[in-house]
Amino acid sequence: MEVKDIIKEENLAYKKTKVLTDNEMHYCPGCTHGVVHKVIAEVIEEKDIQENTIGISPVGCSVLAYNYLHIDWQEAAHGRAPALATATSRLMPDKYVFTYQGDGDLASIGAAEIIHACNRGENIVVIFINNGIYGMTGGQMAPTTLEGMPTSTSPYGRDIKLSGHPLKMTELVANLPGTTFVARHSAETAGAVRKLKKAIRKAFDNIDEKKGTSFIEVVSTCSSGWKLTPEASNTWMKENMFPFYPLGIIKDE
Amino acid sequence: MGELRLMKGNEAIAEAAIRYGVDGYFGYPITPQSEVIETLMARKPWEETGMVVVQAESEVAAANMLYGGAACGKKVMTSSSSPGVSLKLEAISYIAGAELPALVVNVVRGGPGLGTIQPAQSDYFQAVKGGGHGDYHLIVFAPNSVQEMADFVEDTYELAIKYRNPAMILSDGIIGQMMEKVELKDFKPRFTDAEIKEKFGSWATTGKTPDRERNIVTSLELQSELQEKHNHKLQAKYQQMRETEVRFESTNTEDAEYLLVAYGSSSRICRKAMELARDKGIKVGLLRPITLFPFPTKQLAELANQVKGMLSVEMSAGQMVEDIRLAVNGKVPVEHFGRYGGIIHSPDEIVNALEKQIIKG
Amino acid sequence: MAKVKGAVVVDIEKCKGCNLCVVECPTDTLALSPNVNGKGYNYAYMESPDACIGCSNCGLVCPDSVITVYKVKLQQA
Repeated sequence: MEVKDIIKEENLAYKKTKVLTDNEMHYCPGCTHGVVHKVIAEVIEEKDIQENTIGISPVGCSVLAYNYLHIDWQEAAHGRAPALATATSRLMPDKYVFTYQGDGDLASIGAAEIIHACNRGENIVVIFINNGIYGMTGGQMAPTTLEGMPTSTSPYGRDIKLSGHPLKMTELVANLPGTTFVARHSAETAGAVRKLKKAIRKAFDNIDEKKGTSFIEVVSTCSSGWKLTPEASNTWMKENMFPFYPLGIIKDE
Repeated sequence: MGELRLMKGNEAIAEAAIRYGVDGYFGYPITPQSEVIETLMARKPWEETGMVVVQAESEVAAANMLYGGAACGKKVMTSSSSPGVSLKLEAISYIAGAELPALVVNVVRGGPGLGTIQPAQSDYFQAVKGGGHGDYHLIVFAPNSVQEMADFVEDTYELAIKYRNPAMILSDGIIGQMMEKVELKDFKPRFTDAEIKEKFGSWATTGKTPDRERNIVTSLELQSELQEKHNHKLQAKYQQMRETEVRFESTNTEDAEYLLVAYGSSSRICRKAMELARDKGIKVGLLRPITLFPFPTKQLAELANQVKGMLSVEMSAGQMVEDIRLAVNGKVPVEHFGRYGGIIHSPDEIVNALEKQIIKG
Repeated sequence: MAKVKGAVVVDIEKCKGCNLCVVECPTDTLALSPNVNGKGYNYAYMESPDACIGCSNCGLVCPDSVITVYKVKLQQA
């Protein structure tokens, strides 16, 4: 059978969801953001909640996330997305409100906002992209940077005595009674993407049941910041990030 | 006649917010304005009007909740006092940049730093010049009574909606804490979802329906040409406010040879000072700016053709005096008399200052 | 016995040549082209179209959502 005979509408097996816009993403080649955006968009399409979903984008590489998903968006100040989400969800309790935040945004400058939103059990979804580095500003050390990991502000590797320990936000918020579902995933293989999608679907389903905060960390790569190819980044992530940030469901109530 | 009550300024503003149909209040306790959130939590407006009240984890969070709520096309407000407002400035700048209506109340206390919990007017610059980063202005109203604390909720919010711009009620610890008779307005229903869609559908993040493009609330524009264009739009808005929204109150200005200029609590003390001066045969008038931005520049410029000198009376080291001097542009002497750090001037001191700094000066 | 045959369409101009689809392809169907697109990236393409089983793994891991996958079931002769 010729390729041209296979490429027909009735044989379609996988295509880009309509909830993604046609804008070309500004992310570097191989960036995990693109995969996570897509998975969120697919969940929104499958749940048929495009009209009722409000995204809150952060400051960081994904500051322009609003260019890529065909939904209403608010662009927050650095770290404050959970505060915007709190108000949005409280004022429009029937909407699906999610924040999309990187590790600098969520774990550093926005530590107070995320802890308190989770502790209040705001009925929102939090997507937390952890690549252990500040991408947008040029590869500086993040709270999540691993010990010994070189960045532009830890050029000799993160020194615990100088800069403290890498912060495990996900374990931290799992301890808060306001969170209902807390999980850590990745998106480097098709299998990982399928698991991630299942988790994000569950998180959005939790909003229907008004169960409180669902928090999903995605251990991610930053090829440009890590100065590796996308493929080598995935390998580095598996070898170095996964042992410290183990994947799995941490809390499901 | 509306319902009459004896209330603190802070209580009145909370009650007025419920009655005006505010959708959400986001606050954090700080003296001397904590009665605002205390009143709301005691009143439980969520049971009555559906108004949401949240005690946030910080002023930073409260102001960013304000940003999120405003982005939904909801009527939202926050209140604080000086050190807390400094923390809110981040979000206020975003709200101004994203062009959202919202209301911030500052019940001012003395600074700098933690300063004092006593009243002051030392946040004038912060309020009228923008305060946070970037070229922006708030619509700023300065109440001088508990009645105005209540009334200005609606007055400022209507302008905030009209201009899609954050507004501030710049009060002080005296007005916030003192009790006076206040006539409360009747309850207004909150905007329905349909009304929000009709009024704010072009920008509010209420969910992307098939009949419109997605709404994005952001202050970010990386293309310099577009960012400049956006700033031009903001500046045009501020200019329109200057031309059409100035409010002031003038007393005894018809025959005045000297002018006191004061807002908020100081304006009340100046009324007494004016009486004392007139008893002594000095023809003194009082101009009270009600809007601090836009500022009654034109009115002061006109009065500069009539009076021999002006005295700005502020509970600060001299802030509004700079705007008066800009308005007067050197035509007559403009001096400042201030007490600060929590000290309130007496009427006698003001008359003495007028005589010493302006009349003999 | 049913045999599955697939085909992958890459939106060449939007592909950034990250190679993650190539790595993820279980049948070595995909490769990066020696040619470049308008952005200068060596884009992904079906180097061995006969090997494709239409599993969609490439589509799932593609960060730029530039991959569309088609699949047919064939009756083996």
